[in-house]
Amino acid sequence: MSSLVVENLSIEFGGVHAVDEVSFAVEPGETFAIIGPNGAGKSTIFNLISRIYKPTNGSMHYGERDLLDVPAHKVIDLGIARTFQNIDLFEQATVLQNLLVGRHRRMSRNLFRDFLFIAGARAREREHRRKVEDIIDLMEIAHYRDQKIADLPYGARKNVELARALCSEPSLLLLDEPASGLNQEETDDVSFWLDDIKHDLGVTIVMVEHDMGLVGRVADRVMAINDGKLLAIGTPDEVRNDPAVQQAYLGTAA
Amino acid sequence: MQTVFKTSYDQDINLLTKTGEYIRVSIVILMMLAAPLFVDVYYLGELGLLLVYVIAGIGLMILTGFTGQVSFGHAAFLGIGAYSHSILMTAGLPFPVSVVLTVALTGIIGMLLGRSASKMHGFYLAVATLAFLIIIETIIGEWTDMTGGYAGYAVPELEMFGFYFAEVWHQYYLYLGFALFVIWGAANLLRSPTGRSFLAVRDSELSARSLGINVEWIKIQSFGISAAITGLAGVLLAHYLAYLSPETFGVLESLKLLLMIVVGGLGSIAGAIFGAIFVSLLPVAISILRDFLPGVVGEQAGLEPMLFGLIIVIFVIFEPEGINGRWKKLLHFFETFPYYRKSSFVRQKSYLKTERMR
Repeated sequence: MSSLVVENLSIEFGGVHAVDEVSFAVEPGETFAIIGPNGAGKSTIFNLISRIYKPTNGSMHYGERDLLDVPAHKVIDLGIARTFQNIDLFEQATVLQNLLVGRHRRMSRNLFRDFLFIAGARAREREHRRKVEDIIDLMEIAHYRDQKIADLPYGARKNVELARALCSEPSLLLLDEPASGLNQEETDDVSFWLDDIKHDLGVTIVMVEHDMGLVGRVADRVMAINDGKLLAIGTPDEVRNDPAVQQAYLGTAA
Repeated sequence: MQTVFKTSYDQDINLLTKTGEYIRVSIVILMMLAAPLFVDVYYLGELGLLLVYVIAGIGLMILTGFTGQVSFGHAAFLGIGAYSHSILMTAGLPFPVSVVLTVALTGIIGMLLGRSASKMHGFYLAVATLAFLIIIETIIGEWTDMTGGYAGYAVPELEMFGFYFAEVWHQYYLYLGFALFVIWGAANLLRSPTGRSFLAVRDSELSARSLGINVEWIKIQSFGISAAITGLAGVLLAHYLAYLSPETFGVLESLKLLLMIVVGGLGSIAGAIFGAIFVSLLPVAISILRDFLPGVVGEQAGLEPMLFGLIIVIFVIFEPEGINGRWKKLLHFFETFPYYRKSSFVRQKSYLKTERMR
């Protein structure tokens, strides 16, 4: 098990310091939540960890590996999978195809072999399908299996995206607002799943979330940021009662 | 309506699942095999051309329909395939060797184009592929020593191991064999990791990348296989035409290929086949139609391009999923009769997607 260590992470877009000297460490097996007002730089931190953006300064390590040495498409090989704030599924493909792409990291791929469908192609498909079915059972999306993403309701898409990330058998999961746009009941489901994922699959979870109810229930530790700067790190209650955090959310007394 | 009761993962891996699909595909293959028995020589030749367009259409479909990369340059690969095969055959290479070398060459040129196109999107990609086409057309036209230039180039007779494909039906079966092979291969791609990576790159490069897909390399591979298959179509087209000239492989031919897959239905193998039928049978239908039209209309020179254009406009407005989409709706209508409702196929709303980090 490896821990994610981020030190002095900064990125500037023009003159805007979207993330400014943020340091934190996520221990293996823990659920770590990042909170902050809109535009605080939460998603930007995710995009930095998954190497979509290049940091202007700072370092990121996952276990022994320096994340800065890893191109975006290799990040998942370290065991880091993610979901997106606005759901980024393969819309014109079926749920099953989406989940099988999630297995991509574990699948060997060869253009000629695939064109002729030889050398154990069928056996490999079966084997990966079995793994995908485990995740389908866990996330209870069996009835959507053959539907196109474009035909699914919003809540189901959220589940499929989480399932797709799980299909790669990650050790660290980055969830960008897993409960946004979900109703109370669906949000409760998410909190149960996050517990399952943490305890049954032993996955470390880092999540960006606005729903403080959910954060309070599932997170072991919380980091609050505002304007790209770190405000507080601690247990949910500590962070909630931190004066700097209250000031960022509610403003100062006049 | 037949509901498939799934008891094995193999049912999702197999190419065909429903009984109806088996019956339809077998009937079409049997009819194609039996065609030389009851089809007139002229129309058999047209059927051969149809098969060439099926192959070219699938080549372009892999790139545009599956990987989402538009190409206005695919006539260039037809041209490279046709010319290099003819030149290699003239140099005395046997047919199979020449075909393999030609397909490899077009594949490599496709990958090189893909290498430079892999960072481009939308308009820029369209213009880049168009420029590629113009360059190749000019090279074919100007490289007189090699290609005979604008005077043209005579394609050697189609001969394999001393057997001459002299009759139309000889060639027809050869085309049919290649077409079935390419259709089968493309269907294989779609059920394997490579094909799924193509679809992933088409629908979202961002999440494809975050799932471990090397987007640039997938695009290069897609360009390669697409060009190789189109090159194969070029080889067969050369034998159909028997005489090559550079303007055959110009912008109009490229547009024809592109319109074929759009009218047929983007994103499906059946779409490429329907599109090929449309493109190669419409001129025949129009020429028959001319006899029945009043003189003033029937003798107009621009009738064919006008009808082509009109049908394409109608499709883009009323049936963006092409003939294949129409066909699926028709099937659904009969399968669920009398419960078909228009709303069964209304498009769902798509949710906000980030465009800024592709």
